[in-house]
Order: sequence, then C-alpha cells, then structure tokens
Amino acid sequence: MTATIKYDEVESGLEIKPVDYPVRRVNLVMYAGASGDFNPIHWNERFAKTVGLPDVIAHGMFTMAQGGRFVTDWAGDPAAVVDYGVRFSSMVVVPDDDEGATITVSGVVTEKLDDKRVVVMLTAKSGDSRVLSRARAVVQLA
Amino acid sequence: MPLNREFVGRTYKQSASYEVSRVKIREFAAAIGDTNPISRDQEAAREAGHPDVVAPPTFPIVFSLSGAGEALVDPELGLNFAMVVHGEQRFEYIRPIYAGDELVYDSTITDIRTVGRNEMLTVRSDVTTVAGEPVCTTYNTIVERGGAA
Repeated sequence: MTATIKYDEVESGLEIKPVDYPVRRVNLVMYAGASGDFNPIHWNERFAKTVGLPDVIAHGMFTMAQGGRFVTDWAGDPAAVVDYGVRFSSMVVVPDDDEGATITVSGVVTEKLDDKRVVVMLTAKSGDSRVLSRARAVVQLA
Repeated sequence: MPLNREFVGRTYKQSASYEVSRVKIREFAAAIGDTNPISRDQEAAREAGHPDVVAPPTFPIVFSLSGAGEALVDPELGLNFAMVVHGEQRFEYIRPIYAGDELVYDSTITDIRTVGRNEMLTVRSDVTTVAGEPVCTTYNTIVERGGAA
C-alpha cells in the first residue's frame, strides 16, 4: 500500500539488518489477553513443568508476530505484508527473571515478483535455536 | 489414536460476525510491541492513505482460532488437546484489515495427515466482510504429538 521502501531500489539478496526483540513474562501475559490464548503453558511455570516443558514458553504466534513486526517496520506500513507464513520449529523458553528471553529476527530479500512485490525470507532465533522455519513474507513495496 | 479422516472437507460457518475495533487493534499492537502509528493512530493511518487504522499481519488469529473449534472438541475427531502444539500458520491477504470492518469466516478442515508419530490437522478460514468482500485467508496447522503412535 504505502510502503516507504521502493521496489526499484531493492535488489534480490538484500539483507535486512537483525533486530533483537526482548520477551519477558509480562509480554506473554499481554499477548494472552490480546489474543485470547490463555493456555497455561504460556504463563504458569508450575503447569508448564507438569507437561514436560523446561519452563514457561512463548506463544508461537507471539514469535510469529515479532517476525511480522520486523517486516512491517522495514517496509514502513503494516498493510505492506500481503502474505506471511511460518513453521514453528522450536520453542522460546521465557524464564521468570529480569532478562527473560530474546528473539533475534533477520531477513533477506530472495526474490522480486511482479506488481512491485518482493519475497522476504526470515530467520528467527532464540539462543542457539531457530524458532521459526520456512518463514516467508510477500511484501508490497512502493 | 489417529484422527478421524471423515472430518476432512467439513466446513464450519460462524453464526456471528467479528467487529474489528480501533481499541482491539491498539491492544494487539501493544501486546506484540508494535509501535507503528498506522496501527494506533487514525490520523497517521489516513495520512498513509488508509480509511482507518490497519491491523498487524498476524491479527486475524484473534478471531480465526475459534473457527473450527466446534470440530476440534468433537469426540468423534479424537483429538487430545493436551498434546496439541501449533505447527504452521499463514495469513494471505486480499486487502488489509481496517478498524470498522465487520468480518465473517468459514473454516474448513482441509487436511489430516500423519507425520512420523504425530497427527497434523490443517484448518483454512476464508475471511470476508459481511457484504461478501474477500479480505484474507488463514491457514492453521496443529500438531497432536504422539497422536499416530
């Protein structure tokens, strides 16, 4: 729609510089309320451990949303993302301390399509784990 | 226990529409840490050429998750919710979602398959306005861990 990045100025292979997104327990509580996903594995450590998890984990959709935010911040407009899909490949463990966890997102423009659209492949990591795979966004540029 | 394949192809229509509000978009944006004014401020959205504030790309999860909820809790399907994790998710837009949209959606179970020891089930939701204008399609794949064992 009104992306600020111009299609003609973007080449295939362009790397979008990584951004660190901190995740603390409060972010998961906010996400539970906003999304309506109150699964206790995302806020209750006691419950998470009884189902075999190491600790509370982030909602997969919270992680996907950080990837979305990475792309819309780059493009300049939330309406610029016309297609966005991911596979959830690993969990983001969020300890109850002042640091929490960090999701690091980076991206590469892998293809230029017709109609001023490009494909951005995303990498999202937390610690040493890739938390999203096949994370692909089609972005409408100016 | 494997999931009941007879559910593939079943479509569930919503009886009520979902009204997208500025407040809900702002709340969702705040929850994901998205500070883009186009999702939070009407004036900024208008200046960017939009009729109203724009929902972040993953916003439809707010209403689409419940789309096939009735099927997922049907004992005939055989899904053990305690073992369910989110496998894949995709949002395909025809046009952005704006505050003020009144949306309806049909959810269809498009696929049930076995991958290793797990059962995977995909729900596609076709989202339109109440007037019938296509808005987006969401694809949600859940994994039942150990379901095929």
